[in-house]
Amino acid sequence: MKISIQINEGPYQHQASDTAYQFAKAAIEKGHEIFRVFFYHDGVNNASRFTIPPQDDRNIVKLWADLRQSDGSDIDKVVCVAAALRRGMLDESESSKNGLEGNNIHPSFRISGLGQLIEAGIQSDRLVVFGD
Amino acid sequence: MSTKKFMYLNRKSSYGTVYAIESLEVVLIAAAFEQDVSLAFIDDGVFQIINDQNTDGIGMKNFSKTFHALGDYDINKLYVSRESLEERGLNEGDIMPLVYEDEDDDWKEKPSVRVISNAELSKIMSEQDVCLSF
Amino acid sequence: MLHTVNKSSFERNSLQSCVNTIDDSSVILLIEDGVISCTNNANLPMIASLAAEGRVYALQGDVDARGVSSKVADNIKLVDYAGFVDLVVEHGATVSWV
Repeated sequence: MKISIQINEGPYQHQASDTAYQFAKAAIEKGHEIFRVFFYHDGVNNASRFTIPPQDDRNIVKLWADLRQSDGSDIDKVVCVAAALRRGMLDESESSKNGLEGNNIHPSFRISGLGQLIEAGIQSDRLVVFGD
Repeated sequence: MSTKKFMYLNRKSSYGTVYAIESLEVVLIAAAFEQDVSLAFIDDGVFQIINDQNTDGIGMKNFSKTFHALGDYDINKLYVSRESLEERGLNEGDIMPLVYEDEDDDWKEKPSVRVISNAELSKIMSEQDVCLSF
Repeated sequence: MLHTVNKSSFERNSLQSCVNTIDDSSVILLIEDGVISCTNNANLPMIASLAAEGRVYALQGDVDARGVSSKVADNIKLVDYAGFVDLVVEHGATVSWV
């Protein structure tokens, strides 16, 4: 089955992203495809490449970045542009577009619009929301 | 593109957290995809669409007016839980008069909001293909 | 339909709202702090009859993490993440009571 995931909360503050990750991993192990993971609200903070947890803690951003489909291909991880910009999460293009220096989106994620969430709902067999 | 039934489940009031306004942003974008869209207002979500919201004193945007635009986007199924209203000391008269123009009925103006029981809501919910919660 | 609830019934009304609007064929999966509701506790009557019908599941990892695995009420079905995936696949659309 094609399954998509929406994550509404940031890492560490809330279990949402951890649960979503364990769910996604289990789904892949059972032979399903993760069509898209969409990060919304504070969920956009899951895409910060500057996340540095203590050594004995899990690195949630890296867990998502390293997760692969069962055939080894990448998983489409989309960060909502409006929610990201509101919270100071920028990729290179948004950063220069807004006359700023630096960017903090991990390269395995991409910034895009809310249409990607709706499209995920249309194209997937299931969409599961993880939030507060 | 195929058509699916999308339900947006709103259970939080508007200003204490960002969920209400960001949910409305999704709904407005979703309109372009021409899906079958319903909005459900349950629990404190009913406060999103009541009259007399005035944010002058808190320095935040009063986005309740945006709900009036939904009718223009053919989003005209707003279901409100009667039990949630009553528990909070509210009634149907407290809800904004949201309307749409029915193109199949000579563009007659009709109410978009339907106050329904939890039992009716349960039935509508079980018909959905996708449920987005915020 | 599958309903997930991730909050303790002592903290929020998510479980009660879910139970109020659940139809006859849907099932509930308690995850995260939602598993606090699956033990023998004062709010158990909220879900006891659904549980007796075999329609209430709880995520094992969350139950264990919260130290309540010995306190899980009768008829609650425990599942791992793979079981969570199966529930999503088997029950059509998922409603998250976040």
